[in-house]
Amino acid sequence: MIKLIPRNQPSKSMIALTPLIAVLLTMLVGGALFVALGKDPFAAIRMIFWDPLFGEHAFYYRGQILIKAAPLIIIALGLSFGFRAGIWNIGAEGQFIMGAICGGAVGLAAYPSDSWLLYPAMVLAGALGGMLWGLIPAFLKIRFNANEILVSLMLVYVAVNFLSGMVTGPLRNPDGFNFPESRAFQSFSAAHNPEIWAGTGIHIGVLVMLGLVVGCYVMLTRHIFGFNIRLAGQAPRAARFAGISPNRMIMICLGLSGALAGMAGLFEVTGPAGKLSTTFPLGYGFTAIIVAFLGRLHPVGIFLAGLLLAVTYVGGDIIQSQLSLPKASIQVFQGMLLFFLLAVDVLVMYRIQLLQRRVR
Amino acid sequence: MSLISLQNLTKTYPGVIANDAVSFDIDHAEIHALLGENGAGKSTLVKMIYGLVKPDSGTITFQDKPFAPREPRAARKAGVAMVFQHFSLFEALSVAENIALGMEKPPKPAILSDQIREVSVKYGLTLDPERLVGDLSVGERQRVEIIRCLLQEPKLFIMDEPTSVLTPQEVQTLFETLRRLRDEGTSILYISHKLEEIKQLCQRATVLRGGKVVATCTPSAETAKSMAEMMVGTKLTTPQKIKPEFGQPLLRVQNLSVKSADPFGTSLVDINFTLRAGEIMGIAGVAGNGQDELMLALSGEIRTPPASVQIEGGFVGQLGPAKRRQRGLLSAPEERLGHAAAPDMTLTENVLLSAYHRQNLGRRGFIDFARAQIFAQGVIKRFDVRTPSAENSAKSLSGGNLQKFVVGREVMQNPRVFVVNQPTWGVDAAAAAAIRQSLLELAMAGAGVLVISQDLDELMEVSHSFAVLSEGRLSPPRDAEGITVEEIGLLMGGAEIA
Repeated sequence: MIKLIPRNQPSKSMIALTPLIAVLLTMLVGGALFVALGKDPFAAIRMIFWDPLFGEHAFYYRGQILIKAAPLIIIALGLSFGFRAGIWNIGAEGQFIMGAICGGAVGLAAYPSDSWLLYPAMVLAGALGGMLWGLIPAFLKIRFNANEILVSLMLVYVAVNFLSGMVTGPLRNPDGFNFPESRAFQSFSAAHNPEIWAGTGIHIGVLVMLGLVVGCYVMLTRHIFGFNIRLAGQAPRAARFAGISPNRMIMICLGLSGALAGMAGLFEVTGPAGKLSTTFPLGYGFTAIIVAFLGRLHPVGIFLAGLLLAVTYVGGDIIQSQLSLPKASIQVFQGMLLFFLLAVDVLVMYRIQLLQRRVR
Repeated sequence: MSLISLQNLTKTYPGVIANDAVSFDIDHAEIHALLGENGAGKSTLVKMIYGLVKPDSGTITFQDKPFAPREPRAARKAGVAMVFQHFSLFEALSVAENIALGMEKPPKPAILSDQIREVSVKYGLTLDPERLVGDLSVGERQRVEIIRCLLQEPKLFIMDEPTSVLTPQEVQTLFETLRRLRDEGTSILYISHKLEEIKQLCQRATVLRGGKVVATCTPSAETAKSMAEMMVGTKLTTPQKIKPEFGQPLLRVQNLSVKSADPFGTSLVDINFTLRAGEIMGIAGVAGNGQDELMLALSGEIRTPPASVQIEGGFVGQLGPAKRRQRGLLSAPEERLGHAAAPDMTLTENVLLSAYHRQNLGRRGFIDFARAQIFAQGVIKRFDVRTPSAENSAKSLSGGNLQKFVVGREVMQNPRVFVVNQPTWGVDAAAAAAIRQSLLELAMAGAGVLVISQDLDELMEVSHSFAVLSEGRLSPPRDAEGITVEEIGLLMGGAEIA
């Protein structure tokens, strides 16, 4: 039998190194996976991690990295507050979709307005849509003690179906030959989230993401709200003693992460995705969970982890086109990253003792 | 020859020497006291005898043979039994089922029940084997543990702080049982810091301090004070209580009833009392009679109808802890680590739990860590909290030091009303005296103080008025002057409550 015994003094440097070790282990086992698929593992790993940053076409890929990183980081920042407080929002993907639908609908309803007020209104509607979607599991948890992990996860599939309903119904492009997609937001500039400097990939969402990284860092380390979140996560009874209501915490954490996910969805649909369609969900909401943990739930860590995961997304596209590997292989790769992170974490925090089986 | 003899037992943990060359003997048919403050190494020592911890060096001789139990099972087989301070019983199972679970080869249920009845009659431990443990009082639960041990017919019986959960009458019953056991030839190692009890019960005492044996004495020839000084190693002064004039009512509790959320918890039933300015009210009672629920209802962690709790005439029953603090009601719960303090946070961060608003430790939500640190350092200084700095984590402090910190954190905020549960639980004698002194000073400055405690000596020492919590009901408060321990004991047992 194996027994895990907590280490008295887990090594500080090991805790800091864990994400790096997890990345290395992922490369190792991922490489083995590529060998099993009959591909050159060194070429594959190089294409995933090196080519997007420094390869021949890096000038194009670098912009793509920021485009992919922005939604991941915005969503992960929101999730990290709840995760610290022990509130598990697994349904950011659904909140991301609902934000895109609600914010997008506001824009589409105003077509062809050119008011500069339109875009802020869409961002607001997107955040609100994501927030309300996040508050459903919060309400059910408070009222009926329903598990927020299950409820928020199941609501993702509700949101996906709602999206297909919308793009084949009310939000379908009237001039779009019955394709299941909305009007392109590019078609009226007031609702468009353009690349601000051509070729850099920087759009409004990227700037908001940078602001949020700084804002969340200040909140977490300097503000009583961040302190209360940490307290609620570390010592729930002490939090109650301090006067923090657990129910309010649930509402705030799920509402906040929903709002940020919704906002990210709006930036995505009006920018890189360009329109609402059934192919809009790309799994950012799920990958953001990996980003949050890989970044140790810390804003700066999340920023770095978001960039790393964005690199693997872009790298995944490269191996798909150049090595004709299936799309799922990069998802397995990303999943491995979370798996190894959690596994290495356990080994850093605990030591293993082998117990002899007792003879009865 | 003695029954058991310890020779130079040493056990080191990272950073501390828990036991340093400890040697002493226990004779046949002797009740031997093991005395010492928290952290003196008593627990480690008995764990070595019981096979839970392996000594680094040193030997044990038991019944003239070398004795090195690898695990508790081996110790039990050799004739060593132990009753722990914290019971390991399943509340949803019956007494007999619980006892059967602890046995190697339990007999048939009917036979076991008969054995339990036989033992319980023989030693005066009234207990029905068929009752659910969840329905038993704490004293009765202890009997389950004792009978479980007695069925093994031990040669050496170890008891760790057995009386901390008992009423005075229950204590006397327990002592009867222990004396009868001794007369039959069983030796008992009795761990306690209650000196009067040791004087009554034990033939010899070994005193531990800092992991070393510092004295061996005959308790009947010592005074409680002299033994306390052996434990602490310094002279002790007791705080002085002055009977003041009470001022206007500060805290009024009216028809307070609370349904416990825990199925085996105790619901509060129609509690009424008034606490006046300058008054220290002691609330006695055996653990599990509603102390936790009362504490939570007063601190605001449980909400009740508005009028059931009133501070200076204002209704606060519906308010949470933060709002009550603004009205001047501060509290210090019993459980230090995890409830009164967050274990992994620094002391500076821990003052924010209750002092953020009252001490202006922030502006517009932004924490002023410099001010928080200054406040934390103030608490550390005034209450003599032993820690390298305010930036050490709460869990790095010993229990007694953390207790000084969490009580000090509230006292330093000049509460109007201060509610404290078990203020000196697990705290050494010198620190306990300092904490009690600070409570007296608080009352002298015009605050109302409510002390919930199971330590009767402590309550007698500090309180002006006195009430007993029993099965969720509170006896009418009475003047503490002239009350005897016997009267309190009867009240604690649930008698005389109208």
